[in-house]
Amino acid sequence: MKSLFNLSFRIKIPLWGSLLILVTAGLVGLTLMFRAYDDLRQDVLISADSLGRTLSNTLFPAMLHDDVWRAFEIINAPFHGATPENPVQANALILLDNQDRVYVSTLPETYPTLADFRRFGPRYAELTEKLKAIKGETTRSFEIEGSDQIFVAAPVADGEKRLGTLLILYSKTVSVPRFRATALRASGIALLVLVVLLPINWYWGRRMAVPLVQLSSRMGKIRLRIPDALDPDAYAYQDELGQMFAAFAEMVEELRENERMKNEMVQSQRLAAVGSLAAGIAHEVNNPLCGMLTAVDTLKQRPDIDPRVMKTIGMLERGLIQISDTVRALLVEARARSHPLAPGDIEDVHTLLQPQAQKKSLNLEWRNALLSEAALPATDVRQILINLLLNAIQAAPEGGHVACGIVLEDRELVISIANDGRPLTDEQMAHLFEPFATTKETGHGLGLWVTYQIVQQLGGSIAAESAPGTVRFAVRLPLERLS
Amino acid sequence: MLRYLSRILVFFAVLGIAVPVLAESPAWRVGMTPAFLHDQHIVLDDWRAYLEKKLGHKVEFVQRDSYRETMDLLRLGKLEFAWICDYPYVHLKDQVKLLAVPVNQGKPLYRSYLIVSARDPHTQSLAQLRDKVFAYADPYSNTGYLVPRYQLHQMGEDPEKFFSRTFFTWSHRKAIEAVASGVAQGAMVDSFVWDTLAKVRPELTVRTRIAARSPEYGFPPFIAHRTVGDADFKTMQDGLIGMGQNAEGVALLRRLNLDGFTSGDPAIYRGIKEMMKALGE
Repeated sequence: MKSLFNLSFRIKIPLWGSLLILVTAGLVGLTLMFRAYDDLRQDVLISADSLGRTLSNTLFPAMLHDDVWRAFEIINAPFHGATPENPVQANALILLDNQDRVYVSTLPETYPTLADFRRFGPRYAELTEKLKAIKGETTRSFEIEGSDQIFVAAPVADGEKRLGTLLILYSKTVSVPRFRATALRASGIALLVLVVLLPINWYWGRRMAVPLVQLSSRMGKIRLRIPDALDPDAYAYQDELGQMFAAFAEMVEELRENERMKNEMVQSQRLAAVGSLAAGIAHEVNNPLCGMLTAVDTLKQRPDIDPRVMKTIGMLERGLIQISDTVRALLVEARARSHPLAPGDIEDVHTLLQPQAQKKSLNLEWRNALLSEAALPATDVRQILINLLLNAIQAAPEGGHVACGIVLEDRELVISIANDGRPLTDEQMAHLFEPFATTKETGHGLGLWVTYQIVQQLGGSIAAESAPGTVRFAVRLPLERLS
Repeated sequence: MLRYLSRILVFFAVLGIAVPVLAESPAWRVGMTPAFLHDQHIVLDDWRAYLEKKLGHKVEFVQRDSYRETMDLLRLGKLEFAWICDYPYVHLKDQVKLLAVPVNQGKPLYRSYLIVSARDPHTQSLAQLRDKVFAYADPYSNTGYLVPRYQLHQMGEDPEKFFSRTFFTWSHRKAIEAVASGVAQGAMVDSFVWDTLAKVRPELTVRTRIAARSPEYGFPPFIAHRTVGDADFKTMQDGLIGMGQNAEGVALLRRLNLDGFTSGDPAIYRGIKEMMKALGE
């Protein structure tokens, strides 16, 4: 039973609805049928009463003249052209004389003429006594225990003179065909109602259940991942269900926002940790490195150096310089003491990169909206621009498109650089600004690291968007960072 | 409106002229009794139309459900002709003349069938119906009343006490119905009526069984009241006997289940007289 209640709403709602409809239809049908049965019984008694009165009047002269055949023709008349389906059709008519013998009956083989009516059964004698009590022109109905007949009795009398009694026998079961017909009709109507109501119920049930089922399946996955939003047209109404769906949609949206912020936080913390580690190592390496380079330089000044030793010293020096370069690259420092950024600085970068773009026959779209000096260190901004534009030119395909836009917006310099190269993978996006995280075969993977470090030091932000057809880097730098 | 009124006036004027014309030649009144299947109304209509055409005289069939009523009408001079049972014929012998006798299965004779319910396979004779309910056709029926009473008398039984109950059905057909329905356990009926019914209403006769057959008696005759003139007598007699000589008449005879009519011999009714005498009538 419990499993029935555990069923999905998709089945349960239409099922319960159908059950209710069926029960209602059944009850209405049953009521109609009982009503019909009652009416039928009433009909039988009314019909018997009128038949009894009519026949007993015409039977009186026939009995008075002792005309058995005429009496038979009279009581047999109701059976002429009678159909067995007629529910108020009598089973038999029996005419009794004053000695309680059968005068004549319509079932002569069961109730033959002259047979003693009291002999037909133990209850018949009892009935015979009751028949005598009927006075005047009234009819009365009797039921005998153990018999499936209703006996309607009408005295055959004229005034005080009584010649006998007419008994009309109705079968209690004779109404079964009509009852069955009524039942059939009632079921037909019920079926018709069901045919109309069940699909409506089914549709309504699904309309309710499908969004609920969708909601429940999304909710079930909430621990594993942020669920997808619901279909917007699944349930577009403002009732409790609709409100629930709206609340769910809001919740999903908030969860996503949280997730996004958490990811950003983790990334910036990681970058900060990597940055301080790199800076720490660089500082530690830099001090002995300076000493070593000075020592190598001093050693080189010595005139008595063996040429082979000299060669080794050269190798040492080159290696040390390479380490020094790398360390310097890691130790990014914004040069705050640079001159303020002027539109000309940006145009210089444009001019500088033209040849590279032409080499790949790129369409370099340049929109510089900076019209006057901005309170930003020109060297750092140029460094950022060059780094990002070089990356974009390299990432764009042959004959591709690179766009650079620079605007002042709400006391921020917004730099937007886009290319139509291959989109970045999620993996690449996650480690984009880490050192040595290159996406190219050539390059040391420090370009974006450096850019990120400069942007951080200028108090700005850098974000990457990757979509098919467009990879865009956006840098926002607040003004007045220039001391 | 005036034109309408004048039309009605013309109609009544025509009626006024027509009535004396009809009155000039009164129809021959022919009494019809349950001696045959007198409730085959369509056949009777056609027969009447046929006779009017052949006789050149208006004919009116006067139907009564008991021989008694037809006999009374004859006595009162209200019928010119009648088709009655042989027993009433013998009764009225002084007042009527034998006109024609129908021919049934080649002979102007018929008999009485003792019939019982088809569900009664045992009864073979009247003697076995002691203390049973018995249906008589008509107190003036030969085969349906006189014959069984005579047979009981011959057996030394008192017809009044032999059966537990008797009743009249007033026709052979209804006597057959009484036995078929089971109201009566036995009846004796006109063989011609039973045979005819077996053709036209077999569903009724199959519910009965012929248990015994009586000797033959003269067939219920057509009679003329003795006041009928010789010319009219001859016309009617020729009309009936001539039915076998034309297709229309033959077709009617077939529907009546008769072979034809003969002038008949009163001697064939002698047996009835004997039976009546035996029963003290």
